[in-house]
Amino acid sequence: MKGDKLYIFLFLTPAFVITGIFLYYPFVENILQSFYKTDGFFNSTFIGIDNYVRLWNDEIAREALFNSLELMLYVTIFQVGIALVLAIMVNAITKGAGFYRTTFFFPIVISGAAIGLLFTLIYNYRNGLLNEILVNLGLERVLWLTEQSSLYMVAIPTIWNYVGFYFVILLTAIQKIPNDFYEAAELEGVTGIQKMFKLTIPLIVSDLKTCIVLAITGTLKIFELVYIITRGGPGSSSEVLGTYMYQKAFEDTAMGYGATIAVLIVVLGLSLAFITNKLLQKEEVTY
Amino acid sequence: MHTHTQEQLTFWERFQERYFSQSKIGKIFIYVVLTLWSMTTIFPLAWVFLNSFKDSREIITDTFKIPSDPTVQNYVNAFETVNIGKSYLNSFIISGSVVLLVLFIGGLAAFAMARMQFKLRGVLQALLIASLLIPAFATIVPVYRMMIQMDLVNTYLALIIPHTAGNLPFAILVISGYMATIPKELEEASVMDGCGRFRMFTKVFLPISLPSFATVGIFVFLWSYNDLFSSLVLVSHERVAPIVVLLSNVSSQYGTDYGLMTAAIAMTVIPVLIFYLLAQKTFEKGATSGAVKG
Repeated sequence: MKGDKLYIFLFLTPAFVITGIFLYYPFVENILQSFYKTDGFFNSTFIGIDNYVRLWNDEIAREALFNSLELMLYVTIFQVGIALVLAIMVNAITKGAGFYRTTFFFPIVISGAAIGLLFTLIYNYRNGLLNEILVNLGLERVLWLTEQSSLYMVAIPTIWNYVGFYFVILLTAIQKIPNDFYEAAELEGVTGIQKMFKLTIPLIVSDLKTCIVLAITGTLKIFELVYIITRGGPGSSSEVLGTYMYQKAFEDTAMGYGATIAVLIVVLGLSLAFITNKLLQKEEVTY
Repeated sequence: MHTHTQEQLTFWERFQERYFSQSKIGKIFIYVVLTLWSMTTIFPLAWVFLNSFKDSREIITDTFKIPSDPTVQNYVNAFETVNIGKSYLNSFIISGSVVLLVLFIGGLAAFAMARMQFKLRGVLQALLIASLLIPAFATIVPVYRMMIQMDLVNTYLALIIPHTAGNLPFAILVISGYMATIPKELEEASVMDGCGRFRMFTKVFLPISLPSFATVGIFVFLWSYNDLFSSLVLVSHERVAPIVVLLSNVSSQYGTDYGLMTAAIAMTVIPVLIFYLLAQKTFEKGATSGAVKG
């Protein structure tokens, strides 16, 4: 249209000025700052790759990295797995489907901070939900958050929090499969559980792939639940990259080093997403 | 039909076939599993809500019972000792402003991206998609330093600006995706009526694209309201702290006041839950289209 140039400029400028200054510039600047040592807020000295060397030799960072990867494994398997089972089941029923959809999804809308506090109460030794159930059954109280268990104890709320999200994605995908497919399959004599493995799952493979990539990259963003439930402890048994980055950059004011950990998080996220995409590459079914 | 296929089934498949899918037992099994999972989501919250109306002693002695003498003392405490009202207000000011800014600035940009032709379009589109991969961790250190330099730390703007920047790419992509599907005839008709680009946006494209604005608005609100990480860094002072920061403080400072903790959780969750029950479809769409958000 005539005179569009002016409007294009007017409409786009605010958005790209704001994202340019407060998203893209900080992203680049963060990479630069990972090469600096910062004392307090303003003294920065260029130290080359020293932060990266430090990261390589940092035992706690290594533990946080392995914890993050371990969490990623549990979270991906259980979030997507449980969501898939629930989606297939809800698809198989007619009565009450709406109710289950609502109740499965709602943990998503609750903030991690509230869920963290909720699980603090659930795990509490003195009169947490779990120990009260045990006591009512005539059993002994259990110390739920120990060095051995803490990682599992943060994995559970993380899984619980997001199952509904993958459930909705997968259920939507399943419901998109045309009925003819099932009718044809029934004529071929494919029924019941077989239908699930031979028809439903192959047809939603690309959605499953999306879910797995999202679950993997999502785990790297875990912060709230760990921060509130365990603060990375006891010791550093449940420390993850997100909480360690926060601790270094803002509690120990080692911002340059914090920036280095953030770079690690980004690189890890990108490469894992890339690898998963490659590994799961399969011919997609279109219909 | 069955005799033909059953030969090809393994024992396990035949077993499942018989007991899980063909029979009533199968249906019952499905309902049992689904109900169990929905219990895991409902029960903990119901437990919190119930206990928030008991005094701390009763929470300890009768944690599963209906409150014998319901009290709102915990809620009164939440307002008086930790000033939860103020945090509420802070949360709504911050997240409300973020939503308005994102929808306004993002809506205009989305309109240009979807309906106008220009050279840099492809580049900008790629840039927007790439920025969905930037997590908050990767920008927070420089953003914090910038906020210190501009003397904005612990003001509303310190969180409003980066939240707006962080959500704009997502908003532009979703809204422009929606606008791209609007028929060209409508655009031509409004030109005939003498609309300029700006009136075309407000009179035609904005009203038609409202569903996508709602989806984006809800998701951006949730994301901003629930974000603890950036809030701790940029707006942790009591004067401006949103409700998630308060929750985090309550957990570390009042960890033994169960009444206060349950009331604080209930108050954080209730508005969002009510909102969710009213606009469930839009929520689900918002959260799932926000899937790729960093």
